[in-house]
Amino acid sequence: MKTIFDKDTWQEIYGTLRKNVMRTIITIIGVMWGIFLLVALLGAAKGFENKFNKDIGDLATNSVFVWGQSTGMAFGGFQEGRPMRLKLTDTKTIKDQISAVEHVVPRNQRGAHVVHKFLDGNYNVTGDYPLLDKIQKKNLLFGRFINDSDIDESRKVAVISQDVYEEIFEFEEYPIGAYIEINKINYKVIGVIKKSNIQMGPRDDIHIPFTTFQKVYNQGDRIGWMIITGNSESDISQVEADVKLLLKNIHDVHPEDSRAFGSFNLGENFGQVTGFLTGMQFLTIFVGLATLIAGIFAIGNILLITVKERTQEIGIRRALGAKPSEIKIQIILESVVLSLFAGVLGIIAGGGILFLLNSLFTGPDAVLLNSSVTISTILSALFSLVFLGTLIGLIPASRAVRIKPIEALRDE
Amino acid sequence: MIKIKGLHKSYPMGKDSLHVLKGLDLHIKEGEFVSIMGSSGSGKSTLLNIVGLLDIHDVGEYHLNGQLIEKLDEKKAAILRNKFLGFVFQSFNLISYKTALENVALPLYYAGVNRKERLKTALDYLDKVGLKEWANHLPNELSGGQKQRVAIARALVTKPKVVLADEPTGALDSTTTDSVMDLLKEINDEGMTVFVITHEEEVAEQTKRIVRLKDGVIISDEVTNPKVLA
Repeated sequence: MKTIFDKDTWQEIYGTLRKNVMRTIITIIGVMWGIFLLVALLGAAKGFENKFNKDIGDLATNSVFVWGQSTGMAFGGFQEGRPMRLKLTDTKTIKDQISAVEHVVPRNQRGAHVVHKFLDGNYNVTGDYPLLDKIQKKNLLFGRFINDSDIDESRKVAVISQDVYEEIFEFEEYPIGAYIEINKINYKVIGVIKKSNIQMGPRDDIHIPFTTFQKVYNQGDRIGWMIITGNSESDISQVEADVKLLLKNIHDVHPEDSRAFGSFNLGENFGQVTGFLTGMQFLTIFVGLATLIAGIFAIGNILLITVKERTQEIGIRRALGAKPSEIKIQIILESVVLSLFAGVLGIIAGGGILFLLNSLFTGPDAVLLNSSVTISTILSALFSLVFLGTLIGLIPASRAVRIKPIEALRDE
Repeated sequence: MIKIKGLHKSYPMGKDSLHVLKGLDLHIKEGEFVSIMGSSGSGKSTLLNIVGLLDIHDVGEYHLNGQLIEKLDEKKAAILRNKFLGFVFQSFNLISYKTALENVALPLYYAGVNRKERLKTALDYLDKVGLKEWANHLPNELSGGQKQRVAIARALVTKPKVVLADEPTGALDSTTTDSVMDLLKEINDEGMTVFVITHEEEVAEQTKRIVRLKDGVIISDEVTNPKVLA
């Protein structure tokens, strides 16, 4: 073991590799390519994931949408097919009775004809609470989102989407303070929401205060649907089931009636996407590792050939007093050094590509965001290279010590 | 220095075996300059391999520097070779990608000498064979005679007990043959035991003792004329 820490051993190996430059280069190409692929692909996958996470933004991914449909079973003296209408009081009951629930946000929506000056269009108008901003972060281009005063005073104000702004406003017209007509009633525009890449649920065109919606459209305490988010420790599928059971209880619905309330579990769907990302990462690692192993085998293979080529050299070394173990260690260390050297070059090349990707894909529409690999990934890749390099080096090394000096020195 | 008694060696050849050495007795004392003469197939190379610890004998006794050689594993043989023996080969056997200096220094590397010391000693020996200026040349930049002198320097660098030369002039023309033989004589004069294997009469005549080998037995063992001794 002493030889490994001996400077002379390394000088000898350095000398051997340096003086066979062509051979050294050809040997390391496979491993270099493998680790390059590993780094580049893992980095790109990470960039893709980062991009996805950024698009999701502050959207609460552990949320579920619940709405009323109509009963599928007769129960408590009611016929089947009774329409279910969620009530504002339901939201409070859910919040109070289910501890895993963090927020319950009621929403009402309807289509409306919207006019601004000479331009008009048909859009969805939603009655919202400021709380919506907490679970689906609204990035504003201009102005602000609905606030508590808007709710308290049932103000006729509207927050419009960027699409609506671009469609019914003149180019570069300042929207804040302007009036738009929604179903013949004038509202003052207080904010414009930036386009987002991901939209969950029905299209949000125009938000007005919940209380305003109630009064204008004579909603009473009925609500269209609600968004429920679980707190951090909760299992969102469990929350979904609990909420629906509670609602059935409140509305006199058979506990096993699966038609009365509809729901969409964002958490589950989100899980599928992240599952896909994980799968992609796994695939990347698999492809990279497979290439790496192929590369390592190439090193072993070429070393095996060079051992054959170096028969005479090894014989000379043996005649001059090299112990079999010294020959063995030299070949193994050559293998490890080649693997590591190739690995480092591959990592540098992979890092270069990621750097290039990051500088090519910039701005909000970039496909990849901050493509990178972690230091621990790099370190474990290098560690496996040392390990595999040693392992594969054993084959040519044991071949080398099988060479008898007298055979090696025999004149042709 | 080298003491051989009743040495037998045979090689398996398919079902039969080839009996190469058939009971050799040979005693070489320190400081001798001995040549083993014989045509090809006489067993002289086999003898050299056994003496050089590159091969093991079947029957008989072999003492090297007073030490009985038996149950030799590769590691022990390597250490003994490094310590007691210096090799000179017909085809020089220099490592092609190492300079003359590095070639000479190589046995010292396996002897565990540090790099600085190694290169210094190697340069001294290169100087001794008159090739100090060629120290940083690769073998393919040297002539045959120069290569063999590098090989001799390499054989001497560990201060061995015996220098074993296997047809050292086999690949050289007559002028360089003489210069190489002169060099061997010179190191013998300094007290080194030199053991040469050859089939050339002219080479053998320049040594102090000629042992003739034929079909695996020694047919004559004579001290050459005093002209050489003088």
